[in-house]
Amino acid sequence: MVNLDVNGKQIGLDEDGFMINPEEWTEEVAMALAKTEELEEMSEDHWKVVNYLRNYYTEFGIAPMVRKLCKDTGYDLKKIYELFPSGPAKGACKIAGLPKPTGCV
Amino acid sequence: MASVPKPDQLLKIDHRPPQTGWMDTPVVFKKGTYSHAAKAKNLEAVDLPNPRDWSPDQQDWKLPENWKEIVLEGLRERLSRYRSLQIFMDICVRCGACADKCHFFIGSGDPKNMPVLRAELLRSVYRKDFTTAGKILGKFAGARELTTDVIKEWFYYFFQCTECRRCSVFCPYGIDTAEITIIVRELLNLLGCNIDWIAGPVANCYRTGNHLGIQPHTFKDMVEFCVEDIEKLTGVKIEPTFNRKGAEILFVTPSGDVFADPGTYTLMGYLMLFHELGLDYTWSTYASDGGNFGFFHSMEMAKRLNYKIYAEAKRLGVKWILGGECGHMWRVIHQYMDTMNGPADFLEVPVSPITGTRFDHAGSTKMVHIAEFTADLIRHNKLKLDARRNDHFKVTFHDSCNPARSMGLFEEPRYVLRNVCNHFYDMPEGTIREQTFCCGSGGGLNSDEFSEMRMRGGFPRANAVRYVREKYGVNTLACICAVDRAALPPLMQYWVPGVEVAGLHELVGNALIMSGEVPRTSDLRGNPLAEGDGDGDV
Repeated sequence: MVNLDVNGKQIGLDEDGFMINPEEWTEEVAMALAKTEELEEMSEDHWKVVNYLRNYYTEFGIAPMVRKLCKDTGYDLKKIYELFPSGPAKGACKIAGLPKPTGCV
Repeated sequence: MASVPKPDQLLKIDHRPPQTGWMDTPVVFKKGTYSHAAKAKNLEAVDLPNPRDWSPDQQDWKLPENWKEIVLEGLRERLSRYRSLQIFMDICVRCGACADKCHFFIGSGDPKNMPVLRAELLRSVYRKDFTTAGKILGKFAGARELTTDVIKEWFYYFFQCTECRRCSVFCPYGIDTAEITIIVRELLNLLGCNIDWIAGPVANCYRTGNHLGIQPHTFKDMVEFCVEDIEKLTGVKIEPTFNRKGAEILFVTPSGDVFADPGTYTLMGYLMLFHELGLDYTWSTYASDGGNFGFFHSMEMAKRLNYKIYAEAKRLGVKWILGGECGHMWRVIHQYMDTMNGPADFLEVPVSPITGTRFDHAGSTKMVHIAEFTADLIRHNKLKLDARRNDHFKVTFHDSCNPARSMGLFEEPRYVLRNVCNHFYDMPEGTIREQTFCCGSGGGLNSDEFSEMRMRGGFPRANAVRYVREKYGVNTLACICAVDRAALPPLMQYWVPGVEVAGLHELVGNALIMSGEVPRTSDLRGNPLAEGDGDGDV
């Protein structure tokens, strides 16, 4: 476990850089996580995806299906990869503070 | 996928053993070849011992003080509980027939991945403490002292075994090497030494009924997303039911198919098939995973997680259970369930309501594999199929290890494939059916951080796919397991680019002509059909 320093607050991350306690997520944390993903700036498009993920997670307790993410944001998978080079799970979900999906995935 | 050396580097495999003897060659935890340690919260969720934060690459594993006593007592208990284990410990003559059969040995060259030597890691401890020869002669009798280094070696190599049982097919004594792996993992569990990719799904499954932790309203949302897509593609509106009491059949499939592509296309195939048949079935948001990562953990945990399927069948009052395209679920059902939680005598012997076929072989577990169910439908001419809708696919079939080696399901999926596809080509003998090569990621080892070893272990499978790709232009690898659907796409991308992975029932869904459907212009993934394929003529 490592800690991410966000304006003096220590945020615990797991071995893959995902948040250990997703409830600690704030926009500042998202920006700090984006830097770990080598994203220098969070554009409006980035926020649209991250906010969508956040809302889905709040309502459903897990990340959405990738196809649902694409459909509801209007971005195809190619665009998601352009925005988040590590992809929807390891990039976008990580920045949105969602836990890693596990099992047969 | 985590960073992995390039294929040409990975192919430089040295199969020569190291200079030092195996007992004197310490284990090295190299990134990419081991998985993260189980997190404390995931052990606490199911009341397992020694929850703590630790990492395999650190010196101190924070074992309980009396760890040695715990392990030896655990082994003693298991030797008396499982006569099979006692026999497996005593009977091996180290003939080496299994040695080159393991995909991890082929792909890594590490001699401790030879099944015979992997088992010897336990057998040497057994000899030392449980046999007279070992007690007196020690190393001369192949015995060694149990130390913390042995525990580390166990952890490394028994979480480098996918429990695929290919080696067992070649063992003249029929030693089930997967059961040796299971026992060692059980012993490690007594010390709190598991991997998180197993402990996490187990904790989720115990809480929500599935590995992903999908809650009931989310499960429904996900299935309904697929329903919308089906309507868009076919014009047919499907109305699946959830937790419906009094349904004739309970359908259980891996949660990976509900959540992740390409499994979701397989899920669409199930929904379409059941709708077209007018099947009286229900989904359950509690028995919401056929998969059982508990089986990669311990027999006890396999039993605990398997139980929910039968508890739910009883609660809903169904007659029998139909199981989807899952791998290890079928090993648990076919080989263990009956004595773990069975017999399920509150259910009826499954009878297909469409064909009248009575599945007597499922007379005790009351659970039928969907490949058998669909093959029976086709055999009785109950489905209208247009195989030309799969003409853009040149298909080969990966026998998923557990349905193949644990229940002998060889012909049914091939029979279905030959009826829904016009271009089907088997991989070479020796790599299919009971000798099928593992995807390299089963047994709870499909984590990202284990990627290098997964690519090594999956190499023999990929190599056989490459053969049919070069010979016949194969572009689709069909399979009947959700770990496969998660693990084979990156494996193909790495070793055989240009080959996509599909579930059997995705291809059934493409070919199935539904009453009232609009002409299809694309397959379930939205890819356009080859010219003239969608006109619906039979």
